[in-house]
Parts: sequence; C-alpha cells; structure tokens
Amino acid sequence: MPIHEKSLIRPENITTHDELVIEGVDVSGHWSTFIETRVIADYNEAMEEEIASLPGGENIHRCWQCGSCTNSCTVHAIEPRFNPRYWIYLIRTGMESELLRDKDLIWQCVSCNKCTYACPRDVVPEGVMKATAHWLEMKGHVPESPSMIFDKIFTEQIVEHGRIEDTKVLMQFLKRTNQPLMQDWLKQIVMNIAARLPMKWGLKSAWSFVFHPRTRGWKKAGAAIQDYIIEVEQHHKAALGAGASRAASNDNPPQRKLHAAE
Amino acid sequence: MVDVTERAKQLREVAYYPGCALEGSGNGYDVSTRAIAHNLGLKLRDVKDWNCCGAMEVKNIDPKIQTYLSSRVLSQAVNATRNNVVMAPCNGCYHNLKKAEYDLANDQNSRDVVEKISAKAGHKTYEAGQAETIHALDWIKETIGEEGLRERTKGKLAGLKIANYYGCMYVRPRHIFPEKDQGPGSESTSKPHFMDDLLAAAGAENVEFPLKTACCGGAHTLSDSDMSTKLVLNILQAAEANGAEVIATECPTCHSGLEMHQIRAEKRFGKKTNVRILYFTQLLGLALGIGPRKLGIHTNISESIPFLVEKGLT
Repeated sequence: MPIHEKSLIRPENITTHDELVIEGVDVSGHWSTFIETRVIADYNEAMEEEIASLPGGENIHRCWQCGSCTNSCTVHAIEPRFNPRYWIYLIRTGMESELLRDKDLIWQCVSCNKCTYACPRDVVPEGVMKATAHWLEMKGHVPESPSMIFDKIFTEQIVEHGRIEDTKVLMQFLKRTNQPLMQDWLKQIVMNIAARLPMKWGLKSAWSFVFHPRTRGWKKAGAAIQDYIIEVEQHHKAALGAGASRAASNDNPPQRKLHAAE
Repeated sequence: MVDVTERAKQLREVAYYPGCALEGSGNGYDVSTRAIAHNLGLKLRDVKDWNCCGAMEVKNIDPKIQTYLSSRVLSQAVNATRNNVVMAPCNGCYHNLKKAEYDLANDQNSRDVVEKISAKAGHKTYEAGQAETIHALDWIKETIGEEGLRERTKGKLAGLKIANYYGCMYVRPRHIFPEKDQGPGSESTSKPHFMDDLLAAAGAENVEFPLKTACCGGAHTLSDSDMSTKLVLNILQAAEANGAEVIATECPTCHSGLEMHQIRAEKRFGKKTNVRILYFTQLLGLALGIGPRKLGIHTNISESIPFLVEKGLT
C-alpha cells in the first residue's frame, strides 16, 4: 500500500454499519466497513523550505522515497514508528498534522549515520532528522527534548572553558531534567569504581571537578563562538518567521500535487 | 605509492590529541595508549592547549561551530605543536577532525565561518591539507604493524576470544574517510578489520561478530537511556552468542556506554551479560607484558582483572 494511504485505515477513519441498505442492496456484515472520506486542506506549504533552511535539512529536496534510510535505521529496528522516509514524505508534501502525530519520536535519532551511508541521493537523512527536531522545538510544537538540553549544557561548558568535564555534564543534565542524582544503576557504577580506585585517582577526579579543565587562552575563542551562536539563532528565527504565513495559506489552500517534482 | 618505511618513520612521532573523554571517563584509554607508545618507542607530543572537538553535541547546536572547534585543534597541532600528523584515539575526535578536513576542503561557507571565528579568536586559520588525522589503529598498524606485534608479543593473547567492536564514528559517513575502501591494505567501512588484524597478530582469536559497526546509542546514553540500553544489550548478547569472552573497543563513548548499560540492562531489564569490555590498547598492552594497573584496567567501570588473572595475562 502506498505510504501516504496508510493513514486512511487507522481505526478512527473506519466506519462500520450494523445495518445498511444502499440502493436496495443489504451491505451489512462483511460489506459494512467504510473508509471515511478524507479532504486534506491544511497543507503547510512552507514546512519543507523552513526545515531545509535549518542545519542538516539542506538536501531534503533530493529524496526519491526509496526507503534505504528507514531500512538501515538503528532506531527503527527498536521503535517501528520511527520512520525517516515517511517523515521526509510528509514534510515534502506539507502534511503537517500527520507529521505532528510523531512529534515526540523524531528527536530520538542517534546519529549513527547508517542512513547517510545507505542513501543513494545524498539526502543526509540524519541531518534532516536533526533539522526537523529543531524545527518542532522552534515552532513550539514540542518542549525542549532531553537531547537538546544535554547538547546545550555541553556547548555552554565548551564556550566557557574550551573543554568539558563529563561528571559535571552528567550532574547538570540530571538536575535540569529533574532526575534523581542517585539512580540504582548510577549508584552501582560509582560503587564499582570506588571499590577499586586508588586514592590518587579519586583526588584527581575531585580536583578536575572543582577546577574545571580548561584550555589556556580560550577567552577570545569562547567569545567568538558565543557571537556566532547568537548570529545563527537570529538567522534561523528570521528564516522560520518569514515562512510563518501558515494561517493565511490555510484559508485558501492552494492546489498542490502530491508528488512534487524535483 | 607511499614508501612504507618512510611512512612508518614519519609516524614514530605524532601530535597526540587525547580529547576530553580521555581525560575523564575514558582515562584508561589514555593511560594505555601512552603506556604502549612508551613500550614501543613511539613518541606522542600532546597538541598544545587543545580544546574539545565539538563532539556530537555541538553539531546539534550548529555544525559550523563543530567545524571551527576541530579546525582549531588542527591549527594548534600545525602551528603550536609543529607536527602535521594528528593521532586521535577517540572515535568522536577522529571523526570530527576528519569531517572538518572534508568540509574545509569542499565547502566555501565552512571556510568563511572558520576564518571569521579564528580571526576573532586571534589564532592562525587552519587550511585544508595542512595536517593529516589518523586513528590510534592506523598509528599502530603503520608504525609497528602486524609483523612487529607478532615478534614483540609472541602470541601472548592466544586462547582469548575477542569480538572487535568499532562503532559508528570510525566508518560513517564514508565520504569523510577518503583513504578507506581503497582495496587491499586499506581499511573497510563496511567490514573494518584493523583492530582484528592487530589483536590477531598478538595471538587473539577473533570471533565472527556481525555487529562491528552497530550503534551503541552513545549520543543519547543519558537523554534516552532505555534506547541506549536496548542497543547495547543487543551488542553484548551478539558477542556472547558468538563465543566472545571480551569485547575490544576503540572509542571512549562506546566503551563507557557498553560498561554503563551492561549494568543498567541488569538493573532495569534483568538481563545479565558477562562479556568483558576492554580497550584494544589495554589488550595490546597486556600482550606486550605491561601490567594491568599501568594500563588503567582498574579504572574501567567493569571488572575484568580476575578474569585476566585466570587467563594468565597478568
């Protein structure tokens, strides 16, 4: 079945009639299941362009829907609803409401790049997943994902010191995502290490925790990166702002072919 | 064709880029890399005042910042350390330096951003082609080689069954590794074998392992822990099913991911696995007769020393 028709057979789109007679013919029983008439009038025409304007999304227009990405996907093997090919299809056809059904899954891409390796069209689906996750957050469709919170803590440490200290990243992450510091498995890890570690190593860790490892002469580089982050953020906001005429286009849905030519 | 002996001579002294993980959770990898360098008479000159390569995390904020961070490391190697071969044992660092090299050679926009930030930061802009990045596997393979290891180790790892785990960042995406997939002698991106070659030369028995380049979920080890645990458990169980006693690793993120989620899989899903997890440098160190403490094996999260004693390796 073509991928875009899958949504037609969801339970909420199926109507059954216990007793139905059409033109004098009784069509109850086996014949009583109907698919609801569907009219799609809420295409978001700006979506593909907006996602393409974010880092990683640049090549989305090249997709041929071959499905190599989903076929090779690490996450798809564990979570079958994680389907890059389908999402690229929805983005390119502007079917935003369908995409939003999966909005809480898209950030789960683990960046293993198996899709990038398999893609015959150089779409870089991994990048498209990141751009889409970013877009969902910037548009306010989803709260900041745990992954984004982690990335921000990590980047903040680099901007400030030039290097990261992994225990600090871990602790700040657990704190900002309201998770307990001592979960059973983390406790086990700390106990394993503590049981064998020499005093010297313990002191070294404590030292690097208090005195964050840093790159000498980093101040100017850190400031230059911070300037650049602000610059790209403004650029992304402007790109998404310019395409935010969704309300207007909803009033008067344009005619659009499902299979947009490249 | 590069002269092999010339090349081996050139690589006897390289710029060493440990990266953040090797100074923290992956310390055993750093300690064992330095220990085998010392044992083999290879010189490591730390990249002066290095910074983080950007890891996976910075790329998700903006990929160009990652390119800049990696380019600064390369600039420090060339201009401050005066060595144009950078050896990075961490897959993440290795991958990012390679990616920066590729982007700077092929994308004007990347060059512009790197130039702008480098100028503001007040250091020389790195230009594509000034340095070469190699992995710790390339470094051992090209300096000592299998023949050299065979002589020095006398097959000390004989009887040890190993599954070699390479991970994602060492092979994907293919285009940033132009020297791979170049026929005999070169590394393969679909079936990497450098680690297999080196450990086999030290006497180990490499088991058939189909998940060499599977993903450990390292990117979301904390932010999506259940996913990572499932991915790691898959790797651990596949290794055991193929008869491996040890998984050899070459990346601090994979290594600590396997160790952490081995414990988590037992605590959360009741799935216990016994396969040991060691850096390939720790295994080579043991084969060269270096003591386990000098290889930082006691600083690993998982316990393997009693097993190594039982195997007569310490």
